[in-house]
Amino acid sequence: MASKARRVLSAQGVSKTYQMGDVEVHALQDVDAVLREGEFLVLLGASGSGKSTLLNILGGLDSATSGQVQFRDTDLSGASDYQLTQYRRKHVGFVFQFYNLIPSLTAKENVALVTEIADDPMDPAEALDLVGLGARMDHFPAQLSGGEQQRVAIARAVAKRPSILLCDEPTGALDFQTGLVVLKVIERINRELGAATAVITHNASIAEMADHVITLSDGRVTSDTMNTSRKAPEELRW
Amino acid sequence: MTALQTKLLRDLNSLKGQVITIALVVACGIASYVTMRSTWSSLYESKDTYFERYRFADLFVSLKRAPESLVPRVEEIPGVARVYSRVVQVATVPMPGLSEVARAYLVSLPSNGEPILNGVYLRSGRLPRRGSDVEAVVVESFAKAHKLVVGDSIPVVINGKLRDLRLVGIGLSPEYVFLGGMGDFVPDDKQIAALWMQREVLAPAFDMDGAFNNLVLDLQPGADEKAVMRQLDLLLEPYGGLGTIPRDKQISNFLLEGELSQLEQMATVVPVIFLAVAAFLLNIVLSRLILLQRQQIAALKALGYTTLQVTLHYLQFAFVVVLLGSVMGLAFGAWMGGGLTALYAEYFRFPTLVFRITPKVAIVGIGVSFLAASVGAIASVLQVTRLSPAEAMRPAAPARYKRGLLDRLGITWLFGMSSMMVLRELRRRPVRLALSSLGIAAAVGIMVVGRFGTDSMTNLIDVIFHKEQRGDLTVAFLQPRPVGVEHELELLPGVLDAEGSRVVPVRFRSGPRWRESAIVGMPAQARLRGLIDRNGTPAILPKRGLMMSAKLAEILSLKVGDVVEAELREGKRAHLELPVVALIDDSFGLQAYMNIDDLHRRLHQERSLSLVQLKVDPTQLDDLRKRLKRMPAIAQVTVKSVVVERFKGQSAETMRVMTLLLSFFGAVIAIGVVYNNARVSLSMRARDLASLRVLGFSQREVSSILLGELAVQMIIGIPLGLVIGTYWCHALMNINDPETYRFALYVSNESYAFASLVAIAAALVSALLVRRKLSRQDLIEVLKTR
Repeated sequence: MASKARRVLSAQGVSKTYQMGDVEVHALQDVDAVLREGEFLVLLGASGSGKSTLLNILGGLDSATSGQVQFRDTDLSGASDYQLTQYRRKHVGFVFQFYNLIPSLTAKENVALVTEIADDPMDPAEALDLVGLGARMDHFPAQLSGGEQQRVAIARAVAKRPSILLCDEPTGALDFQTGLVVLKVIERINRELGAATAVITHNASIAEMADHVITLSDGRVTSDTMNTSRKAPEELRW
Repeated sequence: MTALQTKLLRDLNSLKGQVITIALVVACGIASYVTMRSTWSSLYESKDTYFERYRFADLFVSLKRAPESLVPRVEEIPGVARVYSRVVQVATVPMPGLSEVARAYLVSLPSNGEPILNGVYLRSGRLPRRGSDVEAVVVESFAKAHKLVVGDSIPVVINGKLRDLRLVGIGLSPEYVFLGGMGDFVPDDKQIAALWMQREVLAPAFDMDGAFNNLVLDLQPGADEKAVMRQLDLLLEPYGGLGTIPRDKQISNFLLEGELSQLEQMATVVPVIFLAVAAFLLNIVLSRLILLQRQQIAALKALGYTTLQVTLHYLQFAFVVVLLGSVMGLAFGAWMGGGLTALYAEYFRFPTLVFRITPKVAIVGIGVSFLAASVGAIASVLQVTRLSPAEAMRPAAPARYKRGLLDRLGITWLFGMSSMMVLRELRRRPVRLALSSLGIAAAVGIMVVGRFGTDSMTNLIDVIFHKEQRGDLTVAFLQPRPVGVEHELELLPGVLDAEGSRVVPVRFRSGPRWRESAIVGMPAQARLRGLIDRNGTPAILPKRGLMMSAKLAEILSLKVGDVVEAELREGKRAHLELPVVALIDDSFGLQAYMNIDDLHRRLHQERSLSLVQLKVDPTQLDDLRKRLKRMPAIAQVTVKSVVVERFKGQSAETMRVMTLLLSFFGAVIAIGVVYNNARVSLSMRARDLASLRVLGFSQREVSSILLGELAVQMIIGIPLGLVIGTYWCHALMNINDPETYRFALYVSNESYAFASLVAIAAALVSALLVRRKLSRQDLIEVLKTR
């Protein structure tokens, strides 16, 4: 992917400080990051490096203590809860490490949860077909394996045709084979739907399938590089 | 159906145990509110309709004899609307098979049919026909007590002549809803009757041809009642007028209003406490239930649902619970109200008494519940959405525990690890502990409130019938008798002791205030009649001057040292000025006590007796009753044990039902609170507990952690509840101070024990249910889900 493509999302000088009891924790310090149209970005870092915090801020799930976050021409820093909600609803698809499916709803209903409030959604069945779960759409989360649950979460995230797909350790809770299936689905969505995709991982191998890799350590960006050639998920080993 | 609606249905289904118990709490709150408020308003409306339709008079006056020609002069008094003159006399009714002679009010009916005031509602039969001198309508209570039907005959002594009256109708009248004199503690339906007869029959028998001895009238709207009364008293004075009595002091109506206002007070305070407790619990339980969905709320927010949408979703959940509770509460309230009203119908003699749920009452009951539920639901959702979705979606950070006093003292080894976990958890969430304990306390308190009525009633019976009235039998005379009668009665077989007293009916007057009352003249060292205040403390009768019921003094705004004017309602109707030298906070009626010698000295009379109390050998009681029946000068013989039974059967019956109802509601509320507390704790700590199981803790050890919390809540909640309950009883007592009889606050140890035991039973049942739930937990599943 060319680095000249338009910016979808950008962070400039973003810092985030948590108050944990009597201690101040600096989760992010002066971080810059850019996500471009159609790009596949991997945020790499050990646990505690601040990558989840950055992703949450980019996705409007959390707000920065200081610095600027911009979605296309809109400034998200200092946006109200309502504005952030609208931003998430219209533009962002989330995939969480622990899926966060609603346990009382079936796969299809979990997807419908999103399609019902989106502007131009896919049919829930179509979204589930996309992740290869068309046959299991009437199952409850408890009746699905971890990988299947994660694919439902992906279907739920993409069913609204988001501009941005944000995935927080999507394979973190999964074994290699299952993780691979999930990565393939994400890669296909990125390619076919053209959604700018950011994936968090602590697994450096996964970075090889990205266009763009940002490495974080102790809340700071330590490297920001473009991959000249992307590997297919099948070629990855860890 | 949207996905959120589907979620709602599934959540309701999977939480049905909790949904149902919370709905039951709501139902109890609404049911008690609806039952008591609507019963009261149904009684009140029935009374109003009855009085309106049967033209209950505004003013009542008895006199010796006045010519009919006086009636137009009464009509001329400004403000008077209608005047109705009658002949009313008391006769004796020697019913066969009754040990005591019954008395009857004989009331005249106009020859042209229905009276213009104080109409007679005919339950069956017809009014007496003109020209027939043996026909009468009998009051329903007497007919029922003696199983009389239309067509039966009863013996009546009319002015010394025994006649057999044929009953042609059974009826009711607004002036005889309660029959009996003020002196009767509980009127006995068997011993007192009202009989309506043609005036042309009654008048000659009592030498009232062309004359009357009773006048009732009603007033024009806006008339000055006091002015009319003054003029009427002036006009009737020469004819032996006994003073005009307004509607609110007419005996039957006075008692009726007293009962109704007592019920109103009960119906105001008790259901409000219930409803408030139910609302409070609904609020707590529901908000905790919703907090358990913290991560789901956060996920919905992350997916782009607005706070409003999420809030509405949980509001719907709350509303379903309240709706379910409302339907159950209304249905149950209607059923109970119907039953309670039917009980009152036995007691209040109205032509019709229909229970109707007042829409306003239902709306308030349901509205309060909805409000409480909404506040709880909204507060919980907002508590979660205040956090950023990213934060809320993570499992709550490991709770921050602190080392407590025990750690610092270094004696933690005294307690097992489980106890330490329990103690630290409670320490960490003091507010939760406080609210949970308060919930349990409220349930316990309600049960105390529910039962104290019966306790106080039992205590009242003990004070009046065992401490005050120590005799077994009271003989009342038609006219005061010379003191020798005491000795005569003492000589009768079976009589162990006899002691007489003199009762003088008076109207006490103090400035503009006045009250019909009586002075009870008692011997200085009374053996069979104690003076006991309502807490059971004996008082000593002063040698001179009046000892007045504290309530009467309050009404007349008198204090010790004041002088009160007493207009005698017998003989020459003399006026006396009497010093008030002491007050007694007694349990029953409005009266004043006086040394019998002092009384007679002031009356300038020889000592005489109006009634004599007898202590009787129980084996000879029946023979004695028969003997007394044959003695002519005796107006009434009252057997204490019979009165006690009747009293228990009447007032106590409604009280018992009320008690049962309130205790039941209290128990349901207790179960609702305790069960939900335990379930929510289980859900909140499922992961911790599962981790312990994985580490090798036994089922029992793990349960003991969870149930240990419950135990601590109970240990705090139960005593607190007993205190709160007693406090509520106090509050109730303070507004519940009727003129007929007055309770002392008395909660029996049995009631305290009952309330505590029900709460403990509720805790045990909840503990079992929760333990079962715990043993069914899939350990791996619990550990995996976040």
